[in-house]
Amino acid sequence: MNRLLGSARGLAGVIIVVLLAAVAVWAPDLAPQSPVEQNLSEDLRPPRVEHPFGQDKLGRDVCSRVFYGARVSLAVGVLVACISAVLGLGVGAVAGYAGGRTDELVMRGIDVLLAFPGILLAIGLSAVLGPSLRNVLLALCAIGWTGYARLVRGEVLAWREREFVAAAIALGAPPVRVLCRHVIPQLLTPLVVQATFGAAGAIVAEASLSFLGLGVQPPTPSWGAMLNEGRSFLLVAPHVAIFPGLAIMLTVLGLNCLGDALRDAFDVREPADTGHGERPIASLRSGSPAS
Amino acid sequence: MRAYVLRRLLLAVPTVFGVVTLVFLLIHLIPGDPVDVMLGETARAADKVRLRHQLGLDQPVPVQYARYLRRLARADFGRSLHSGRPVRRMIAARYPATLELAAAALLAALCIGGPLGLLAAARPRSALDAACRGVAVCGASMPNFWLGPLLILIFSIALEWTPVSGRGGLDHLVLPALTLGTGMAAILTRMLRATLLDRLGDDYVRTARAKGASEPRVLLKHALRNAAMPVVTVLGLQTGALLAGAIITETIFAWPGIGRLLLLAIQTRDYPLVQGCMLVIALSYVFINLGTDVLYALIDPRLRVDA
Repeated sequence: MNRLLGSARGLAGVIIVVLLAAVAVWAPDLAPQSPVEQNLSEDLRPPRVEHPFGQDKLGRDVCSRVFYGARVSLAVGVLVACISAVLGLGVGAVAGYAGGRTDELVMRGIDVLLAFPGILLAIGLSAVLGPSLRNVLLALCAIGWTGYARLVRGEVLAWREREFVAAAIALGAPPVRVLCRHVIPQLLTPLVVQATFGAAGAIVAEASLSFLGLGVQPPTPSWGAMLNEGRSFLLVAPHVAIFPGLAIMLTVLGLNCLGDALRDAFDVREPADTGHGERPIASLRSGSPAS
Repeated sequence: MRAYVLRRLLLAVPTVFGVVTLVFLLIHLIPGDPVDVMLGETARAADKVRLRHQLGLDQPVPVQYARYLRRLARADFGRSLHSGRPVRRMIAARYPATLELAAAALLAALCIGGPLGLLAAARPRSALDAACRGVAVCGASMPNFWLGPLLILIFSIALEWTPVSGRGGLDHLVLPALTLGTGMAAILTRMLRATLLDRLGDDYVRTARAKGASEPRVLLKHALRNAAMPVVTVLGLQTGALLAGAIITETIFAWPGIGRLLLLAIQTRDYPLVQGCMLVIALSYVFINLGTDVLYALIDPRLRVDA
């Protein structure tokens, strides 16, 4: 934790993410008014004291909608990252540990999914399933787990060759126990780092889908949809697009900084290891189960 | 070299097959009756029967799949439900615009990311390095649906330097290319900086310096050439992703490319057109990645020997 907060990037990332989480949790208390309350006589009014971020085309308070939008973005980021990480962990661990045909089959399946640019598959799935928050989650999880599975498989392939895993197998531990008790705990650090970037990616993907009209539907506030609405009024009321855009940028910036700092904090090359590639990130954790 | 290319081509076959299968299955993921979704539940029964027959949905799935593959072998993507025109022609009319935009974005990324990465690596841990990395982090955190409107606001509305939207001359291309290329430029900056710093610690760089080579010469002639491999990897992967990213950029700037066509098809529930666009974008991505692999072999002869 000290190493994480010791770097400017890490500190900035933690502050932004904590602030975002606080805004999302306490949105009902922080928001000046309801995010769906309309006031057509005050449409597109610029920022002022009562409405710090101004009002949109229906006279709704942009600040309240940005605060409530944080709930959607954060929920999507956390849920997609967690579900994808668990799915990827399961599939990748089984493929890496079993090896042979199982591994080959799983990896070819992942190759096919990765042959699609992520956002294209999400757009396709959202298009056929219909626009809704649930379907956005489904689409993003359907493509999100592949990255985790690849990472976990690679790590499992490296870890299963280690002495303490061989010792556990020699002592007669069943594969599930070897994986759950000895291998998977080693993968948590790289998974957390990947999940931080995954959450940022999911937030951008949700906002992209909502921007295209394929995500969260009105009147639920979503930063992507707000940006799309605001695009039509750039000339007369730029604030409608600027504030949700800034919110997305800050959130992604915070998560990226946090991810970078986490990676730097754990992914340290040892002097004796230089020139021969990086060791598995988790190998730097103090003490393996067998040591 | 020929054996390497052949091997890569053979490896791409199952991937292409998988992509085609996934795009075929997409229409079967529609909840309920796809024909109801396309025409609406109030459509006449005769129209529904006709559309079901036209799409082959009245046949068992394996038969539909075999027909789909046969049609694809003839590059026949079916007909648009709305315009009635062949999907292949509609895509062919729009594809050059997307390629033009992707190529311009790639150029923009190289022009921005290349110098920033070089500058950052030339003066590591300096204010210049921090500035270049800061620009890269901001660029990577700026989604194109936010950057695009921002650029329009500054350069089209406030300064009136460029048109707001549409396809035409070079002035129409600048903002969409910058919007699409910024994310890639950020990745390129970070990648180039990290790889160059690695290479600058190598023995041959020390030898070049000991022989009196100037710093720019060491950086550009010795380190940059050896740092090319990972950079080409990233460029290859990102170039494919540019085609998908173009969907949003084309929407923002009303750029008449395949991405905008896909979105229009989704909005009008024109599923043959959706399938056609998705297939073309995904296959382009696969083939760009394949091209990147071949490019590696040209840059690094060790790969050809290993293969």
